[in-house]
Amino acid sequence: MSLQFFLSLICGVFIGGIAGYLGTLMLSKRMALVAGPLGHLTLPGIALALLYDFDISLGAFPFVILGIILIWLFEMRTKLPMEALTAIIFASGVAIAFLFLPIEQAETALIGDITKVSFGETIITAILCFFIFLIIKKIYSQMTLINISEDLAKAEGINVKKYNFLYLFCIAIIVALGVKMVGGLLTAALVAIPAAAARNLSKNLFQYTFLATSFGIISSFLGIWFFKLTGFPAGPLIILESGLIFLISLISKK
Amino acid sequence: MSETILKVKNLNVELDGEGIIKDLSFEVRKGDILTILGPNGAGKTVLLKTLLGVLPCQGEIEWTKGIKIGYVPQRLPFIKDVPMSILEFFKLKGASQEEAKTLLNSVGFKEDFLNKKIGELSSGQFQRTLVVWALIRNPEVLLFDEPTTGIDIGGEETIYSLLVKLKEKSSLTILLVTHDLSVVFKFSDFVICLNKCPVCQGVPKEVLTPEILQKLYGQEVKFYEHHRH
Repeated sequence: MSLQFFLSLICGVFIGGIAGYLGTLMLSKRMALVAGPLGHLTLPGIALALLYDFDISLGAFPFVILGIILIWLFEMRTKLPMEALTAIIFASGVAIAFLFLPIEQAETALIGDITKVSFGETIITAILCFFIFLIIKKIYSQMTLINISEDLAKAEGINVKKYNFLYLFCIAIIVALGVKMVGGLLTAALVAIPAAAARNLSKNLFQYTFLATSFGIISSFLGIWFFKLTGFPAGPLIILESGLIFLISLISKK
Repeated sequence: MSETILKVKNLNVELDGEGIIKDLSFEVRKGDILTILGPNGAGKTVLLKTLLGVLPCQGEIEWTKGIKIGYVPQRLPFIKDVPMSILEFFKLKGASQEEAKTLLNSVGFKEDFLNKKIGELSSGQFQRTLVVWALIRNPEVLLFDEPTTGIDIGGEETIYSLLVKLKEKSSLTILLVTHDLSVVFKFSDFVICLNKCPVCQGVPKEVLTPEILQKLYGQEVKFYEHHRH
């Protein structure tokens, strides 16, 4: 097993696991809609990173922040329909990216390429993931209560705006890291599918978070492993693995 | 004479530019059961949320300093989306396992109920669970938004007899939103009738005349007293 493969695995497992964990907080339809467009919006940033040869997560990050600010603003004026907005953001992100993205690098931008992560990138990824894990753990109860009912949360003195912001911040980091693995197109699946599968099988929160994190780790691990075996791109393989786990969970639910 | 624990003066609440509550003033004494009566859209839930401090308002709301308030909402539609045990739900409010057990027992549930999944509860069980939630940390006041009437939550007991039992045990003050007139007559000391502006307030027997009810509900209302044999 080469060092590069090992680094890819470590990176993938960390990102997949934390994405799964974060995904458990993304329950309402509103929130599930967020991860997809955020991923698409990163495409111009990824294109820039590929053109000028720097870390694609670094390129993606400012665009994710932009996306979060846009979502924040749109949340304030709920008269604007979210579905139309997310569709616009989707399309714009992809369109702008392809204005200047070199076509040979399209695959990396769209579906990611975990095979070239350096040692430095892996360390930074692992540290960031751990940091995000701590934040999610700390805000988990409050976010769950906010998801259940903002009124109940406010009645308990929870500052809903502050927690929503922290939560969006975590999503931003995970999406920026995730594009390394699954590109700009598939970030929603990375966050949503493990949690959806876990939900089918869980009777309580502990099982839910444990399973979602585990499924995230397993999908990434197997996806990258199959890439090694078959040569197919890792990003899509990871998502397909995830989808398979979801199907199994659906069947087991009965 | 019981102390006053809540003073509301000239309360005005606006939502999306529309006046929902206009010039409402009333007082609540410790140990009272106050019902808030009115048709749908009259602002009853808005009133509760404003008293809780969850919605902004104009006017004065003066609770006794440091008073603990428990809130039982009408619905929690999103709670079924989360796989969560009852114990985990109570832990979201910082309840210890001990407190959870004690409170569950006081509303008639057994300890093993703690491990049940929230999504699998019947509506009656769920409503009782929400009451327990509100009772965590021993509040002095309970704000109760339209408990569904008539649901048998175990044997002869309805949510109302449960509230009466709780009140006797711990001298709770209860503010109860309802549109059920029989509840108003059977359980409450005072009633406030709300249809955007205050229509009446006082002791139910004195205040709830057919004329007032017509004004409140906008159509002719007849009240038949049912005598239990």
